[in-house]
Amino acid sequence: MSALLQVEGLTRRFGGLVAVDSLSFSVDTGEVVGLLGPNGSGKTTVLNLLSGALKADSGSVALKGQAIAGKAAHQIARLGIARTFQLVRPLGSLTCRDNVLTGLAFGRGRSWGVAARGEADTLLDRVGLARARDTMPGELTYIDQKRLELARALALQPELLLLDEWLAGLNPTELEEGIALIQSLSGQGITILLVEHVMDAIRSLCGRCLVMNTGRLIASGLPQEVLADPEVIRAYLGDDGSGEGGDA
Amino acid sequence: MSGRDVLPTVIWPIVACALGVAALACVPFLFGDYGLSMAINIVSYTVLATAWSLFSGPTRYVSLATVAFFGIGAYTTAVFAESLPWVAVLAIAACLSVVVAAIVGLATLRLSGVYFVIFSLGLAELVRQLVTWWEVNKTRTLGRYVFTDITAAQIYWQLLGLAVLVFVAGFLIGRSRLGLALRAIGDDETVARHSGIDTTRAKVALFVLSTVFMTLAGAIMAPRWTYIDPAIAFNPVISFTVLIMALLGGVHRLYGPVMGVVPLALLFEFLLARFPNHFSIMVGLVFILIVYAIPRGIAGLVEQTVERTRRQPA
Ligand SMILES: Nc1ncnc2c1ncn2[C@@H]1O[C@H](COP(=O)(O)OP(=O)(O)OP(=O)(O)O)[C@@H](O)[C@H]1O
Ligand SMILES: [Mg+2]
Repeated sequence: MSALLQVEGLTRRFGGLVAVDSLSFSVDTGEVVGLLGPNGSGKTTVLNLLSGALKADSGSVALKGQAIAGKAAHQIARLGIARTFQLVRPLGSLTCRDNVLTGLAFGRGRSWGVAARGEADTLLDRVGLARARDTMPGELTYIDQKRLELARALALQPELLLLDEWLAGLNPTELEEGIALIQSLSGQGITILLVEHVMDAIRSLCGRCLVMNTGRLIASGLPQEVLADPEVIRAYLGDDGSGEGGDA
Repeated sequence: MSGRDVLPTVIWPIVACALGVAALACVPFLFGDYGLSMAINIVSYTVLATAWSLFSGPTRYVSLATVAFFGIGAYTTAVFAESLPWVAVLAIAACLSVVVAAIVGLATLRLSGVYFVIFSLGLAELVRQLVTWWEVNKTRTLGRYVFTDITAAQIYWQLLGLAVLVFVAGFLIGRSRLGLALRAIGDDETVARHSGIDTTRAKVALFVLSTVFMTLAGAIMAPRWTYIDPAIAFNPVISFTVLIMALLGGVHRLYGPVMGVVPLALLFEFLLARFPNHFSIMVGLVFILIVYAIPRGIAGLVEQTVERTRRQPA
């Protein structure tokens, strides 16, 4: 099988709430897959389960055939899954270069010293932060903090990159740059699973989309197909909405 | 870096430090007994406060267990100093602290910071009670006499050597992967884990290292007292004093704690002589003042000043 990521029956409860409800899907090597769904549908929880931030109540996750559900977050990171956070989380007391160095030093490369510093600078260049190497993250704009987080994730040399609304809050120019950047990562061979609300980005980036509602998978397929799916539209507009038929 | 660059940036600081240590080593010949006992006090607190901030500085886990390890060291000396060679006594103290700190670290360093503070305070008390229980029920003595022929000057030199080791260890860790891991953990442990850092292992490793220094300090200091009991060896005031000194100096720099140790050791000496009955209240006031007035410590103030003077002419 060529599936890079294979998820079967993944379930996670918070008290009485089933945030992720027996979710099954797979992602092939080289794909860019969008994970969509209304607010609170469980997208971030899925990323937390895949990256080891949360433990699943049941279900299995396999990366290249190896079971990873239940492994610690740092082990999963070293096995090749990197992530960003919905709300940016830079390491505030470290310079941008040192932020990236954490991923390089403890990821799969385990590089250190002068070589690692060079690699960190290359990664900062790559996300457009060449001028900010010695800057503290607190001095960066929001978008640049997002760039920094992406560079830190790339430092792990991931095979699968999980992006949680990485494009949210960008202005149109930045959005264009952001989309181009993600496309270039994909071109470089990194498989990407991205949670996104920005429809333009989904259309131009994703070869395939998964749509969640209240923890369950309700649709999957080509972006234009799923976005036209009546059940998806109902989920986004709410059950009492009249769907597309209403006047504009 | 070419060979010529190495000389001024590496050799000279080392030479300067070596000369400084050599000068400090002359203290027993230059000052009287009172001066030497002051110096012993300052160097022992330098070891304790620097070791404390080795772990607590980057991870921001505030530990009040300092005296638990210091006391373990002191008791190791009290029990074994007569029967075993001195090196063996120190080795036993170091091994004991590795074992205790590894167990405690693995059990508690998954806790968040607030719980850890309380646990560490409880640990010191627990160890004290255990030792008391053992002494009362098994050996049937509450106090012990520490018989050694170690002189005050020898204690001072050993502590000075230990202080050099703490600084060297801190310097090397600051430049290592482990140092980066700990700073990342202090900022955001979740992010650190997702960057591939085994946060528990890193925290336990540094906790163990820092407690080894504390335990050795206790073992070396024990002959000073000639008589110890659990209340002396496990006096919680030591933990609080170390905490205050480290915070006053600044825990985010290796040289920070010592800048808090020197003024406070002198101040406490003065307060103890002048207000023996109100000492604890005075210490409490000093503590509150420090936390409010200079949250980043003296090292932080120094850096601010340097920064300002550097920016002004530009
Ligand atoms: N740690 C947690 N403890 C309790 N409940 C949680 C936790 N994390 C998420 N939830 C709940 O699980 C549900 C799914 O949350 P999740 O953050 O996964 O949604 P999401 O699809 O990412 O939403 P959004 O688009 O707003 O980011 C929500 O009802 C949320 O309140
Ligand atoms: Mg979310």
